[in-house]
Amino acid sequence: MKTYILRRLLLMIPMLLGVSLLVFVLVYISPGNYLDVLKAQRDIPAEFIAKKERELGLDRPWYMQYVSWLGRTVRGDFGESWSYRIPVIELLAQRAPATLALSLTSLVFAWAIAVPLGVFAAVYRNSIFDKLSALSAYAALSIPEFFLALLAVIFASQWGGFPTGGLSAIDHDYLSPVGQLWDYVHHLILPTIVLGIGGAAGLMRVMRTNMLDVIQSDYVMTARAKGVPGNVIMFRHVLRNAINPLVTSLGFAFSGLLSGAVLVENVMNYPGLGQLIFQAFMRKDRDVVMAAVIIGSSMLIIGNLIADILLAWVDPRIRYDK
Amino acid sequence: MPSTTTPLLQVENLKVHFPITAGLLQRRVGEVKAVDDVSFTIERGTTVGLVGESGSGKTTIGRALIRLVNPTGGTIRYNGKDITFLRESQFRPYRKKIQIIFQDPYNSLNPRLTIFKIISEALEIHFPAMGLEQRRARVAELLGKVGLKPEHMDRYPHEFSGGQRQRIGIARALAVEPEFIVCDEPVSALDVSVQAQIVNLLQDLQEELGLTYLFIAHDLAVVEHISDFVLVMNQGKIVEAATADAIYQNPQDPYTKRLLDAVPKI
Ligand SMILES: Nc1ncnc2c1ncn2[C@@H]1O[C@H](COP(=O)(O)OP(=O)(O)O)[C@@H](O)[C@H]1O
Ligand SMILES: [Mg+2]
Repeated sequence: MKTYILRRLLLMIPMLLGVSLLVFVLVYISPGNYLDVLKAQRDIPAEFIAKKERELGLDRPWYMQYVSWLGRTVRGDFGESWSYRIPVIELLAQRAPATLALSLTSLVFAWAIAVPLGVFAAVYRNSIFDKLSALSAYAALSIPEFFLALLAVIFASQWGGFPTGGLSAIDHDYLSPVGQLWDYVHHLILPTIVLGIGGAAGLMRVMRTNMLDVIQSDYVMTARAKGVPGNVIMFRHVLRNAINPLVTSLGFAFSGLLSGAVLVENVMNYPGLGQLIFQAFMRKDRDVVMAAVIIGSSMLIIGNLIADILLAWVDPRIRYDK
Repeated sequence: MPSTTTPLLQVENLKVHFPITAGLLQRRVGEVKAVDDVSFTIERGTTVGLVGESGSGKTTIGRALIRLVNPTGGTIRYNGKDITFLRESQFRPYRKKIQIIFQDPYNSLNPRLTIFKIISEALEIHFPAMGLEQRRARVAELLGKVGLKPEHMDRYPHEFSGGQRQRIGIARALAVEPEFIVCDEPVSALDVSVQAQIVNLLQDLQEELGLTYLFIAHDLAVVEHISDFVLVMNQGKIVEAATADAIYQNPQDPYTKRLLDAVPKI
């Protein structure tokens, strides 16, 4: 197992190299650069802009820029944000916890809804409940995330009860510790629902199908032949086997959540990594984009690894070392 | 007390029909008559062979006897008592007497449970007074009976070969000390080289424990030398019922003759 994990972690290196190169080129070839805003102002002399360009290294060919960026990054220096004028690492440290919290709550929300509903839909197959849940799942899957996010914002602004954005309230610092915690939770609720609902619908259908597959399996027949009571069969024999594919999907869920976060955070004005990446990309704040991509990709790869380890832990048939 | 002359199992006019549904609303558009008006008896301590092509309804008969599918009509009498339409809770005592060995040794053992848990689960239900130590001792004994080792009990099904898994399936069926076992093609998924070993094991166990078998197979060759009596099934109906010798020497039904032609002659 240890060598397996080590091998997977080593594999991260070429993957991250590839991703960073791709994104670097994308930032480079997309029209304009960080200094465009300055160039547009008539009273700024051309010499100043040229000097700035040299300072930031933007006057050199892109591969030279990439090599020097890489050289710094492998030494652990992610550079400085050109627009915020603070080290990128500090900026990320401020924003990442909010996105991590949002991703985790969405994941928990999706699982907490999907698993029980999927199980019920399978156990009471073809019942009214099954049909209604299928209908709602298809509805949830066909509504685009950004539309749901807009709906949530409108809902919050029209009916109140929920904040229309942000991570915490203005008076956050004056609240009691419990009040502060509730304040964070309160701000998380709508983004969590918006980000989690699509995943919940998909997972629910997968869970239902898995359950039905396992219910028809021979070993469930075996359990019935032993005289095992129905509810014990459902939990000990069916549920535990039906959940395997869901554990595998955990790794993919991470990637979906990260890209979903970019969208939801921007529409719902939730100040996390997703919003930061988007704004940095729009401003061509290159080192911020690069660092965020590296962190995001690492989270994805590690999320996949954790899912694989979990799977080995729950399924005795899966062992990674020979 | 049923007299010793009462057959262990009497099946009269057994019918099992499965609905055929279609469309979005799963409307019932017809039915498969998987078992259609079948009658036979099995005497205590004997083996009755049930032969027929795939899809003829053999598995469905076997599963109806141990209530893994619900009969549509007819009567099943076990030891003289009508058990056809008992509710699951009323049927539970019969799960100790009637057991089944499945065709597919790969999928009939829960991959997430150790061999000990698989066998012990039946003990927990039917012998609730047994403690953990007693159950471990009993599982070890059962594994010994089927030619496996006690240390195998803490392993998982995927660590065993097909033949070994079928031995585990047999140990599991034996755990509750049954009288009657439905053997649903117990060797047809196995290599030819291990088929004979499993059949011999089943015969030895029958002798030792006085078991009664319904032995299902899709060809006559497997059934003929272990069966006292043979039923030939085609499309949900029994087309011929006779001793193994009579069927071999003088088959009456054209379907039986076709099955016989398929048996390799030496
Ligand atoms: N649960 C079920 N639902 C619908 N049809 C079934 C079901 N089980 C068996 N059948 C049908 O009943 C017929 C007999 O099947 P089976 O008893 O498995 O035959 P055999 O064991 O002789 O191969 C087949 O046509 C099969 O498709
Ligand atoms: Mg069959």
